[in-house]
Amino acid sequence: MDNLFNNFYEAVAVILFGIGFTTLLFHRNMIKKIIGLNIMDTAVYLFLAAKGYIDGRRAPVPDGPDASRLVTDYINPVPSGLVLTGIVVSVSVTAVMLALTIRLYRRYHTLDIDRITILAKQEKYRETDRE
Amino acid sequence: MEIVKSFPLFNIVICLICGVLSSVLKPKQAKGLSLVLTGAAGAMNAAVLAWVAREGQYTYMMGHFPAPWGNEIRVGLLEAVLAVFFCSIMFLSVLGGEHYISLDIEESKGNLYFTMINLMLTSLLALIYTNDLFTAYVFVEINTIAAGALIMIRNNGHTLVAAAKYMIMSLIGSGLLLIGITILYDVTGHLLMVNIHSQVAALAASGEYQLPLTVTLGLMSAGLAIKSALFPFHTWLPDAYSYSVPSSAAILSSLVSKGYIFLLFKLFYRVFGFDFIVDHKTPNLLFFFGVAGMIAGSVMAIYQRDMRRMIAFSSVAQIGYIYMGIGLSVPMGTIAAVFHIMSHAASKSMLFLAAKGLSDVSGDSKDFSDLRGSGCRSRLAGAAFSVGAFSMVGIPLLAGFTSKVYFAEAALSASRGKMGIAMVALAISTILNAVYFIRAVITIYTPNEEAASMPENCHLPKTMAAALVCFIVLNVFLGTWSNVIEDAIRIGLSTFS
Repeated sequence: MDNLFNNFYEAVAVILFGIGFTTLLFHRNMIKKIIGLNIMDTAVYLFLAAKGYIDGRRAPVPDGPDASRLVTDYINPVPSGLVLTGIVVSVSVTAVMLALTIRLYRRYHTLDIDRITILAKQEKYRETDRE
Repeated sequence: MEIVKSFPLFNIVICLICGVLSSVLKPKQAKGLSLVLTGAAGAMNAAVLAWVAREGQYTYMMGHFPAPWGNEIRVGLLEAVLAVFFCSIMFLSVLGGEHYISLDIEESKGNLYFTMINLMLTSLLALIYTNDLFTAYVFVEINTIAAGALIMIRNNGHTLVAAAKYMIMSLIGSGLLLIGITILYDVTGHLLMVNIHSQVAALAASGEYQLPLTVTLGLMSAGLAIKSALFPFHTWLPDAYSYSVPSSAAILSSLVSKGYIFLLFKLFYRVFGFDFIVDHKTPNLLFFFGVAGMIAGSVMAIYQRDMRRMIAFSSVAQIGYIYMGIGLSVPMGTIAAVFHIMSHAASKSMLFLAAKGLSDVSGDSKDFSDLRGSGCRSRLAGAAFSVGAFSMVGIPLLAGFTSKVYFAEAALSASRGKMGIAMVALAISTILNAVYFIRAVITIYTPNEEAASMPENCHLPKTMAAALVCFIVLNVFLGTWSNVIEDAIRIGLSTFS
């Protein structure tokens, strides 16, 4: 139990990851799936940020001419860089998913992926099908 | 420093730039650019391959920071062989299907297809060459987006649903991979594969952090297995392969899943070290799912009445073969798995293109009842389909036979329990393969009276004919000169970690 409270942020991050993961996997609504995806990715960023933070140190931005040049004054900058990269990746993936959802909604007028699958199966398919 | 050493980096950057450039070009220009680019990338990688074969492997520093801090590219024999191979398969798939790309996709979006093709090539090359785990993750996501776009660019309901399913499964896989990389970074403090490897070895010696490392290994293997459609996670695969444009289907089946499998090889050999993996029993799990996939994929393929769905389900079985090879946890098994990556890529992309050629002369139907006699109507597509089918079944002189021989050889050197299971599974799966592939070949050569009105010996589009001939040659080459490639893979793997 002590471990849990010592690693409070990490524990919360893993729980959030689980919530996001199950939402993405099991929810039938496309929008909620995308929200799940974002919760999952954000949980990983929380995990990274919590791991990169060192108690009592400053953000790794030496501002001003008289700022300290000592490594020991700053937190680990690598996880912050990873979080930034990760955010860019997850934004683009979210955009693609949202665009796909819009196209599905325009065609089938529902956001329920199971319903959409059934409707798509009922459509007669021909190789030359084009719009 | 020799210029050849920078070629892998040039390749990746040029492909990325051309991807952006394609979005403002006209479809025709974009197509030309993409084909030239893929050819050029293949030539550059061939130069790298020649250099590496002569001088040995090297790591290439990106930017001004040395090893533990900066980013790196690593080029060895195995990477170079696969890069050349992936470029040539990509080139032939695009060339073979280019006629249908302009037919199936709206005029205004034609160039965007080639943007995605270029991005796909970028991400594949980066996945092959990178030595940094987080870079690998970023390119895995680029690969996912490009693959999703390649499926959904053909605008009908089926492809949209297939793309949605693909994206969801794939994003679950990348989520698991990302959290795995994060935990691994926190435990070892490094992102470069070589540095992680030394830290993992030190941790294994001291016995610390074994549980987090096991969890990480599980998360990352599961993530990559989901993304490469290992058996129980294959549900997205048949729709995605059977409704997309023929080029997309060829690229998705032969390259996309293989890029992830290669990343898994890297994880096993270079990040964790194979002894560590075997100690943690990961290969046993992959072996189990691989064998299950070999049987289940073939059984499901038998029940398909749609030709392209049948080929898609056969892919599930072939991915099972590759995982079974890794799961045998002997060096020969991995060699067989890498060889099967190549032979499956060469046969499957040809099958998808040939199936399109066959359905083209049968009134655009993929149903077996309509495809009767199509092999007589289009001789070349029929011949290519037969070669691909025979290769998948394992007829001597063709690529698939050689990889089955390698798998059998690997099974003989594995532990006794695995040897029995692998041999029996190979035998059953080969028979099942024969059932549906030979049936398909017989079907396309059975004369069909009703279709007498259809023209005799139709001509395929010239580009497709050229691509199919190249694919046939490639298959025979892989089947007959396999020892050259096997040697290259063996040497590449021995220096891989």
